[in-house]
Amino acid sequence: MIGFCGIPLAHRIVNGSGTFDAIAARRAFGDAIYERFPFAAFVSKTVTLEPRKGNPPPRLWELPGGLINSIGLPNKGLEGYLREDLPQLAELPVPLIVNVMGSTRDDVARLVAAFAEREEVAAIELNVSCPNVKTGLIMGADPRELAALLDRVRPHAAATPLIVKLTPNCASPAEIAAAAEQHGADAVSLVNTLRGMAMHPDRPGEPWLGGGTGGVSGPAIRAIALAQVREVRERVRLPIVGMGGVQSGRHAIDLRRAGADLVGVGTESFRDPLAGQRIADEASRAEEGFPANAARAAVVVRD
Amino acid sequence: MTQAVEAAGGRCTPTDDPTRTVAPLGRRPTSVVDRRRYGAYTVVTAADPHGPTPDPGQFYMLTAAERWGGGEDERPFLPRAFSVMRARAGELDFLLEDVGPGTNRLAELEPGDGLLLLGPLGRGFARPRQGLRPILIGGGVGIAPLAIWGDALGASALTLLGFRDAAHAEGAALMPAARIATDDGSCGHRGLVTDLLRAELGCDPRAEVYACGPPPMLDAVAAICREAGVPGQLAMEAGMACGYGACFGCVVPARDGYIRLCVDGPVVDL
Repeated sequence: MIGFCGIPLAHRIVNGSGTFDAIAARRAFGDAIYERFPFAAFVSKTVTLEPRKGNPPPRLWELPGGLINSIGLPNKGLEGYLREDLPQLAELPVPLIVNVMGSTRDDVARLVAAFAEREEVAAIELNVSCPNVKTGLIMGADPRELAALLDRVRPHAAATPLIVKLTPNCASPAEIAAAAEQHGADAVSLVNTLRGMAMHPDRPGEPWLGGGTGGVSGPAIRAIALAQVREVRERVRLPIVGMGGVQSGRHAIDLRRAGADLVGVGTESFRDPLAGQRIADEASRAEEGFPANAARAAVVVRD
Repeated sequence: MTQAVEAAGGRCTPTDDPTRTVAPLGRRPTSVVDRRRYGAYTVVTAADPHGPTPDPGQFYMLTAAERWGGGEDERPFLPRAFSVMRARAGELDFLLEDVGPGTNRLAELEPGDGLLLLGPLGRGFARPRQGLRPILIGGGVGIAPLAIWGDALGASALTLLGFRDAAHAEGAALMPAARIATDDGSCGHRGLVTDLLRAELGCDPRAEVYACGPPPMLDAVAAICREAGVPGQLAMEAGMACGYGACFGCVVPARDGYIRLCVDGPVVDL
């Protein structure tokens, strides 16, 4: 058993937001996915105030060693999520971390307040990779912008840990992490996807992805994730959820040695739904301080 | 594709289908037991001694055990989705056309080579509504799910298959008593397979249409069915990273937003 922001976790492997849908996985695999859940905590897809359809297809482009996605944060909106998804996710055998995004500080504050009062929610992760429509600045790319956001939302989550998901698409993730620490964040997670694009093979000059650009993930970004986690660790004392291209226990150990407390798995789950469990078990066999996934069966994480 | 599915509704809603066969959790390491060529196509047979019997129209994610992402950091990186073409005791047939790095790698697998299977996934075909005769219409590699569905429906099903040319039309040998159209007229009717469908529904519209093929064919099938007031089910395809609802990549437009073909399809009602 390990602790993260006061949350007891059976091991160190979680999913990256938006890379696993526990409800859809239950439709595909039945209750087995809840009985053998591959992650120590479940991080939801991003929830916004209003429902979003997401970007027009095509949404994916395979790369050598990864992919570019342009999904566009489809979700049911706060009300739909509370009504339809939260009751199902409350049945998970692991703590639930809800990821939220708003286009103004007030929007984010409303989302944080709504989830902070739900006992099913163990922590809230802030997706700050989008612009504040009032200032035009990417919330997580400017230290002052992020500081103002945290000052606004922190009072709404008195007892709920706030995790800031850092974007790598900025001048200095470590600067942003320092601002997050000074303004009350409980943890940071990184890296989000790196902006990238693919040209349409048949239409000269046009992008392939329906959203134009997308986010690069997978082993292609692993070295970048390692460097950024290391840089952030040298700057802040906050717990870190490190992620980016993790495919094996070895990669999880590397990120932990670079400074991560938890390790996120994302794209590898697309190839292998049990990647999280496999990586936890591989890391536990190779290194102290990495409890195995199997250990979860012996403990009750939530009542 | 857009027109075809935007009108899709009914079973297209992301509610659960209690009849769907649920996949065992996780990838199953297995091996190729047979590989046969049919003109431009390859049928790969995989051992699956412990997997459930799939519903016709369901699909699997396939990954070659070697030379697939990982060490070399090359494509193919993601698993590839294939409708099951036939299922026998402990064996699954998949129909491949070598069109890119993933299908190329899978088509070169030989008996004994390792394969990872995830599935069966998605929702399959539903039986024809009362009193309606089934018409199966397939284009190119899209004949795969129709083969297993045709077997299940038996002799009552009429099968119409379209191919580019005679080399591709060799794939028709995979389905019994199929009527064939080729773009170049080198085999069967010269023209589109949807010509055959239009003529057939003109004679007798009391039918339910099951279609799988390239997007322009599905659009045409949808238009013909709608015009004739005939119900239909389309087995659709979209680029897909995971196959179980995680990546949100395989969406198609539906009446109310987008649906994920991997969990809300791949078979959708017209």
